[in-house]
Amino acid sequence: MRRQIPLALVFIFGVFMIFQYFVPHESSEWIYEFLLDWIYIIGIFALALGIWSLIRVSVAKIKTRKSGWGYPVITMAGLFLMILFGFTGYRDGSWGFHFMTAEGLSNPMFRNFFDYIMIPIQSTMFALLAFFIASAAYRAFRARNVLASLLLVAALVVMLRFNPYLGPFGTIIADTASWLLNVPNLAAKRAIIIGIGLGMVGTALKIILGIERGYMGKG
Amino acid sequence: MNIFDRMMSLDRRWVFLFLAVVCVITYIVDFQIPIRVESEVRTIHEFIDTLKPDEIVFIAIDYDPNALAELHPMCYAVMEHCFRKNLKVIITALSQNGPGMAEQAILDISDSLKLDREYNGILYEGREIRKGVDYAFLGYKPYFALVILGMGQNFRLPFPTDYYGTPLDSIPMMQGVQNYDQVACVVDLSAGNITDAWIAYGQGRFYFPLALGLTGVMGADYYPYLNSKQIFGLMAGLYGAAQYEELADNPGLAKDGMRIQVYAHLVIIFFILIGNIGYFMSRSEKKRQGR
Repeated sequence: MRRQIPLALVFIFGVFMIFQYFVPHESSEWIYEFLLDWIYIIGIFALALGIWSLIRVSVAKIKTRKSGWGYPVITMAGLFLMILFGFTGYRDGSWGFHFMTAEGLSNPMFRNFFDYIMIPIQSTMFALLAFFIASAAYRAFRARNVLASLLLVAALVVMLRFNPYLGPFGTIIADTASWLLNVPNLAAKRAIIIGIGLGMVGTALKIILGIERGYMGKG
Repeated sequence: MNIFDRMMSLDRRWVFLFLAVVCVITYIVDFQIPIRVESEVRTIHEFIDTLKPDEIVFIAIDYDPNALAELHPMCYAVMEHCFRKNLKVIITALSQNGPGMAEQAILDISDSLKLDREYNGILYEGREIRKGVDYAFLGYKPYFALVILGMGQNFRLPFPTDYYGTPLDSIPMMQGVQNYDQVACVVDLSAGNITDAWIAYGQGRFYFPLALGLTGVMGADYYPYLNSKQIFGLMAGLYGAAQYEELADNPGLAKDGMRIQVYAHLVIIFFILIGNIGYFMSRSEKKRQGR
């Protein structure tokens, strides 16, 4: 029974969702909306589970003073401070704790933590990519054989397509780059997308029919 | 190790240093580079430019601060263009840190809109944009595919209230606005797989005109959708944003950043050429020596 019930539920809801997509009737839409609400509810439990897991792992690291235990301290501080700022706000002339309303969004510290900590941290991480890409391009783009040479030429053309210092060659390179993106790139991508789409349909059918059972934890 | 072997195996710290120096110099020295406009960006600008006042543009801000450098300029350019044309804007943010990005953009653009500006020879008088009247910011909800599907039936399903807790029915500009049918187009600015959901679950099911603003590395992946007319325009990376700024005659962060990007690319090309010259010379020398 422990295996049959989940399989039956997946089959019933899977088949229903397939047919629902093609039935524009009011009752079909109502059930669909009802099921969407259930996904949110399940998601909230998953969120709670995720936070609990993060706290448990972080606290264990801090307790045992494992190497790098300072990082979980910062993680926990960030987590609880943002929750605190998000739930405290100004209303009716005084500051208070507002659990169900949006006052926390107007808390200046909530905004400042995002603007002056989150944005610089994430932007910095992304900016570092430029250096790694430069280094990787220098090492990887070598014309060792025909395929590597094609890759190298394509990369150079696409990189040069918005360079304004190429004079009359600028238009030729821009047109070539446009052709590369719209013809060979498109052909390859379209083949991949169609392949992925068919694969997704196949996998979904295998799950609905109970052939693929990996989601239950044991294949 | 001869000179050609050295050219092939430069210490990567030299690459980092050279790139950093070029980026800093081009950041400090103020100059503009000409922007060549491509048709995939022009179609987005023309679409928005030809809309009538009070028509609604839906802007989905689906990126986090890590894509800020490329997508924030796009967001600023498109949103300011919409407000200058007196269009209404519905904004959502379906990535976790998106609401912060959206709020920042709204605040900055609100300030910019207070000033009189002339774009493409037309004077736009400064005005104050009002929350709920000129724009509605619906905020963030998890499970983006479900949110996109839900909005196709009614915006009130996933968003009973806006980001600030105001019920959608109490928002003046949302009166009579049920779903995508009342929206002229959707512009999705995204740095991840939310774009796929907008194409498959949004445009694929509800058939609204969809334009994409993506990071540079994502751009090539979405050309098939342009060709199949599932999207009517595509802005990729800082260059895409710079093209929109050029068309809107509103130079901003993207046009400013393009000079740095162009020179950074030249540095990368320079190192690629150095590596390849070293490779070929080293190989021919080894052949000559009979090795």
